[in-house]
Amino acid sequence: MTKSIMIVGVGGQGTLLASRLLGNALLKANYDVKISEVHGMSQRGGSVVTYVRYGESVDSPIIEKGEADIILSFEQLEAARWLPYLKATGKIIVNTQCIDPMPVITGQATYPDGIISSLKKIADVLPVNALELAMTAGNPKAVNVALIGVMASQTEIPYEVWIETIKETVPEKFLELNLKAFDLGYAKN
Amino acid sequence: MQKKLMIGNAAVAEGLKDAGCRLVSSYPGTPSTEITEHASKLNDPNLYCEWAPNEKVAVETAAGAAIAGARAFAAQKHVGLNVAADPLYTMSYIGVNGGLVIAVADDPGMHSSQNEQDSRHHARASKTLMLEPADSQECYDFTKLAFSLSESFDTPVLLRLTTRIAHSTSLVETKEDEKPAVKEYEKNIAKNVMMPAMAIKRHVFVEERFDKETEWADTCEINKVEMNDTKIGVIAAGITYQYAKEALGDKASYLKLGCVYPLPVKLIKDFASKVETLYVLEQLDPFIEEHCKALGVKVIGKEKFTKLGEYSQTMIKEKILGEKNEILSTDIDVPGRPPVLCAGCPHRGLYSALKQLDVFVSGDIGCYTLGALAPLQMMDTTICMGASVSSLHGRNKVRPDESKKSVCVIGDSTFIHSGITGLINIAYNQTNSKVIILDNSITGMTGHQQNPTTGKRINGDPTTAVDLESLCKAVGINRVIVVDPYDIPATKKAIEEELSVDAPSVIISRRPCALLKEVKHNPPFTVETDKCVGCKACLKIGCPAISIKDKKSQIDFTQCVGCGMCTPYCKFDAIKEGK
Ligand SMILES: Cc1ncc(C[n+]2csc(CCOP(=O)(O)OP(=O)(O)O)c2C)c(N)n1
Repeated sequence: MTKSIMIVGVGGQGTLLASRLLGNALLKANYDVKISEVHGMSQRGGSVVTYVRYGESVDSPIIEKGEADIILSFEQLEAARWLPYLKATGKIIVNTQCIDPMPVITGQATYPDGIISSLKKIADVLPVNALELAMTAGNPKAVNVALIGVMASQTEIPYEVWIETIKETVPEKFLELNLKAFDLGYAKN
Repeated sequence: MQKKLMIGNAAVAEGLKDAGCRLVSSYPGTPSTEITEHASKLNDPNLYCEWAPNEKVAVETAAGAAIAGARAFAAQKHVGLNVAADPLYTMSYIGVNGGLVIAVADDPGMHSSQNEQDSRHHARASKTLMLEPADSQECYDFTKLAFSLSESFDTPVLLRLTTRIAHSTSLVETKEDEKPAVKEYEKNIAKNVMMPAMAIKRHVFVEERFDKETEWADTCEINKVEMNDTKIGVIAAGITYQYAKEALGDKASYLKLGCVYPLPVKLIKDFASKVETLYVLEQLDPFIEEHCKALGVKVIGKEKFTKLGEYSQTMIKEKILGEKNEILSTDIDVPGRPPVLCAGCPHRGLYSALKQLDVFVSGDIGCYTLGALAPLQMMDTTICMGASVSSLHGRNKVRPDESKKSVCVIGDSTFIHSGITGLINIAYNQTNSKVIILDNSITGMTGHQQNPTTGKRINGDPTTAVDLESLCKAVGINRVIVVDPYDIPATKKAIEEELSVDAPSVIISRRPCALLKEVKHNPPFTVETDKCVGCKACLKIGCPAISIKDKKSQIDFTQCVGCGMCTPYCKFDAIKEGK
């Protein structure tokens, strides 16, 4: 069975590292993996999405509406935007951070209230204050690794594989910080 | 060899190295850029890589190397091949000595493009063989194969990618073969000098070559038949094959095409005879479909499947099997999140000055095209790279009385790409056109590539830099001024002055991109809440770091780079420099 994970957020939030770590961990765990992400215009502060699919043998690299087993959202509004991609039985992990998009800044639109409680009515939602976790780990920049920790706890990839992957992917001087942030996220579940 | 995860573009680059390619010359363009970036980072002493000023120069550079006997390569996005179409169409006649491979990356769905053209038409029109890989492994394998086909058929070979192949990651196993040496060069006027007498003969060769290639396409390994259930048959290539497999699995039989031009004849007829209902699944235009129909093969194509945007497994499943995914929905009204100019982007300063002048803006392509979106909305037209300059000249010829209220904007990379020729026309054929060059010292939109104005080559090595001021003067523009877009009032004043003059001007708006590593940022600015009256004047600048919270302005410290462009907008002196 092919499994599908989506990582969504705002261009510039560091979602790319998250998909790289996930891809490498899956490879280490001996899965066939396909990852699809779009570079270019949307990375300038737009809504960004990465699709990760794994299993014995993967054909399509993209995920469609109703197909994601897990959605990891780096931002609340993006969680609402990509929700239709979640399987009815899937799980959505939401960082509680909010970033106003330009239509909200210019007053053409409003940032909706109560996103998490609306999502909870129809889906399995796991809200996470990743900024707080990252601060506890020692640096607000570790938000993405804290979120990966939360997601990791929802996959069948063994804990040790994740730790090995982080050690291989993250530069030495940030390693301790990132391992700490990962563990805090991993324990969140 | 151990398998590695690679995006399709990186796999093409690895293929170049392992095929013994000697020269890569490209112009950046999403989704093709990473091929050349990755090739350069391989640091192979035998693989020379460069960014050319535009695609025509890139393909001609590669053509020169191929005629000289070396394997050579150029990459570009779909619209880039329009720029390089001229050398491509005639190189098809000349053929090669060392192999010549040209990658073209289409962007169905227009994630980062100004049109949705289907580059397979270039293969047909130029009579050039075209391969289309369906994953990263095939990107690697087909790149190597393309060079040997190029040499055995004596033709350039096109390698067609699409966004979901170029930017998708999958496993690749590489294999180093023996690399061919650079071949001897022998003068051969009949083959290499294309003037009528010679070209007439080469055209005969091209048509004969086409027949041989078609024969090859009928039997080659990369056009594969997979027989399963025969009620449904599918002909597909590239990413669409993956979507079809995902959607239909063994409920269908497949003819997967690795070569999309020339298309096989016998193979298609044979496959069609073995299945009940035959679909051609292809994004964009009915290219394979029309070929099948011309052969008298009955297929279902565009009457059921759209010519617009990207396909997917869900769409194929729904249209062929009638199965639908269950979809969750909420009543949350989700506002859009369009891309924006970054906090501290110098383009914002220039547009803010233009907004105060209320002028017609002939636009171009780059990060600065985002100035067309709210709240700046300071762009009237955008056609293709370089067109801002030449089309402003055309406008000013027919609306001369409005030339004092009209400007064009063009980035540094775009100006060198094809803006300079338009500027020469302005000087030569005399309009009072006002050309603004947005010089942020980098090719921004495609992810920070060096260009001839930056003083650095692809690998960061220092080199000579185009002196934009002297260049513009040399073509006959006497008024060339430089402004700092962070100083919006001074920029506005300078543009106003140039608009009042009866002569062409170039205004260089110069300030490096805020995302460049070497650019030092100031501490983030803050809003003094007791001074802020909530008038929202600071929002007019459209900075993503400024928003309203509890009726007052606030500046997001994680985004603000301390450029200070917002301060003149606050009449209450509430925005303070950071410490
Ligand atoms: C013919 C063609 N080639 C390449 C591209 C891709 N492309 C879009 S904008 C751009 C360059 C932008 O650089 P610059 O003009 O310096 O502006 P900046 O993005 O830095 O503001 C490129 C290469 C294109 N759209 N058309």
